Amino acid sequence: MFRKLFGKSEEKTQDEVRLEESLQKTRNTFFGRVSTIFQANEITEELWDELEEALVMADVGMGASEELVTATRTRVRDDGIKATRDAYTILKQEMVRLLRSEEPLHIDEPRLLTVVLLVGVNGSGKTTSIGKMAYWYKQRGRRVLLGAADTFRAAAIDQLKVWGERAGVEVIAHEPGADPGAVIFDAIRASQESRKSDLLLVDTAGRLQTKFNLMRELEKVKRVAGKQVHRAPHEVLLVLDASTGQNAIAQAKAFQESAGVTGIVLTKLDGTSKGGAVLNIKKELGVPVRFVGTGEKIGDFAIFDPVSFVEGILGNGQ
Amino acid sequence: MFESLSDKLQSIFERLGSKGKLTENDVNVAMREVRMALLEADVNFKVVKDFVERVKLRAVGAEVMDSLTPAQMVVKIVNEELVELLGKPAPLNTSGQPPHVIMLVGLQGAGKTTMAAKLALRLKKAGQRPLLVAADIYRPAAIKQLELLGKQVDIPVHSEGTGVAASSITKNALRMAREKAYTVVILDTAGRLQIDDVMMQELEQVRMVTRPADILLVVDAMTGQEAVNVAEGFNKRVPLTGLIMTKIDGDARGGAALSIRQVTGVPIKFLGTGEKLADLEPFAPDRLAGRILGMGDVLSLIERAQEHMSEDTALAMEKRLTEGQFDLEDFLEQLKQVKKLGPLGDLLGMIPGMGKMAKDIDPRETEKTLKQTEAIISSMTIAERRSPDLLNASRRRRIAAGSGVEVQDVNQLMKQFRDMQKMMKQMGIMGGKSKKKGRGGGLGGMMDMFRGMGN
Repeated sequence: MFRKLFGKSEEKTQDEVRLEESLQKTRNTFFGRVSTIFQANEITEELWDELEEALVMADVGMGASEELVTATRTRVRDDGIKATRDAYTILKQEMVRLLRSEEPLHIDEPRLLTVVLLVGVNGSGKTTSIGKMAYWYKQRGRRVLLGAADTFRAAAIDQLKVWGERAGVEVIAHEPGADPGAVIFDAIRASQESRKSDLLLVDTAGRLQTKFNLMRELEKVKRVAGKQVHRAPHEVLLVLDASTGQNAIAQAKAFQESAGVTGIVLTKLDGTSKGGAVLNIKKELGVPVRFVGTGEKIGDFAIFDPVSFVEGILGNGQ
Repeated sequence: MFESLSDKLQSIFERLGSKGKLTENDVNVAMREVRMALLEADVNFKVVKDFVERVKLRAVGAEVMDSLTPAQMVVKIVNEELVELLGKPAPLNTSGQPPHVIMLVGLQGAGKTTMAAKLALRLKKAGQRPLLVAADIYRPAAIKQLELLGKQVDIPVHSEGTGVAASSITKNALRMAREKAYTVVILDTAGRLQIDDVMMQELEQVRMVTRPADILLVVDAMTGQEAVNVAEGFNKRVPLTGLIMTKIDGDARGGAALSIRQVTGVPIKFLGTGEKLADLEPFAPDRLAGRILGMGDVLSLIERAQEHMSEDTALAMEKRLTEGQFDLEDFLEQLKQVKKLGPLGDLLGMIPGMGKMAKDIDPRETEKTLKQTEAIISSMTIAERRSPDLLNASRRRRIAAGSGVEVQDVNQLMKQFRDMQKMMKQMGIMGGKSKKKGRGGGLGGMMDMFRGMGN
């Protein structure tokens, strides 16, 4: 019944607008350079070199940059394309193809209780994202509950409670320092027993992926969820700061291994960085972007759409 | 995940069969790898270009020193140039009359609030009287977070809630600091985008009313190519006096620091190295250079070891080592010291050439073995620990039962211990020859022990 959200409904257009607005600033920055490159009259060797350089400077990473350039180049050659404008279109198509995911988002499947875990390194924007996400789903008729499993960072629970208030959803929390596993256990029970909610969003403490014990803790949190609810967590979202560089891939890999990351929330897209690293992550690990955070207000949140994302970061061409 | 630059260059030069002088061809091939390594470390593309040119000029025709391979020679040059570029470590500005105001600025989530508390703690330990100021009136619970951190380190926090402008809060805080003779005032400002004009105006106002001795940009070590623009954006509005890089305890290489330093000329002052409030280190260029090149961080490791091991223990241990008296009691003591250093995987990652090995070793298994070893030794009597020869079959059975393991496990440990004892004796002899090795000497032994345990 929530399928509707993904159809050609009004919400989606709103999301598109929001995403494109937040991305507009980029046109003067690194990705923006890409469209300038394609203003050349001819497709030359230099153009491809410049393109690769521009992509690297947008944090796309050497691997994904090379692949994008090669794929575009091959198609341009095979189709006998001469106009730079057409080559630009092909690049965009290749980027969209790389970002698009066949796997549906599992949050919207009909189910008594859907559990979503948000994970990530310190300061990537987990608590803020979860607040916005709660609001987003509540607006769309879901009964949302928040679990405050970041029991480590000073005042993280208070921060989530403020977001809970703003979004008008309840927060299940323990004392600071409590076992995150116990928090999620209680949050699930609260969701089930009083049938308070059909969507539980769980905030976890930020952790650098190199901290072995903390990564183990995530495995435990996941296990606790899985024991109580069939196939839970149904989505594990890695919250990734759009300004992250090459370390993004190491993050995604480590969180995929220990927490089974299924998607990405790309945050702080209103800045001048546009999260080029997600292209590399998708290429290397197949993890798609699901949501984007586009500002500090509660409504600054949108479903990720590859086409508007690519249009947004590159601009509409000449 | 990344091979270190030296390993890569090593194999390339072996293929090229280079020796003697570095030819232009050698250098060109090497520079491609250097370029990749720097880009992987998030050094800004333009900075990389300039850097590679500089290194090329120096490297072509350079005489390869006798003691080095061509690969090592290139790495040496690259490393020296990096250290040069990273600049000298700069202290906090302490000129003028106290209270000195330190203003922390940066993007959202860079780690300003935590850093404010870390700096305060460090300054307090240095005999200063710091006051923390909660000037982030936007992020939910940011003030509470600073208050909680302040409480942890017993440093007062000035806050006025979220209804007062940041410039008023900071002005009042400064007045209070003067009245109550605080010597340092640390301003925790809200995270903001460098392109957000309204928010940048707020920073300008705060700067105007507080006249900071230091304005420090707090940058996340994971920041990508954009770091340069961020730094330039802040520097333009509030002239920066320094840079602090946070979350350096992860596996991000921190190339952003190099880019920012190069483009803005702002010196790097501190590195945030962990979640605990004591995890703050003054910047050391050689170490960060090594990190950017993926060459491990032995110095940090040694320092950490020194921090956690009292000098007396270390000296006593070394004496016993060199005299070949290493027994199970010492072994247990070393195990405990090693555990204090942090998770094993982290430690291995700091040793050059072992970064890869750290990935291969399952830290879970190793930690388990360590724990088991500790349990076994703890089940022995002091007499048994001092003279392991006492351990006959009956005693071993008792120990196994006491520590919840099989007798074989006890036997295996004893065998390992004998091997280690032999090794230590040899090291002791070597250590004796090459005058004093200092406290680092014991560390090598510990590292060898890890290797033993990993198997």
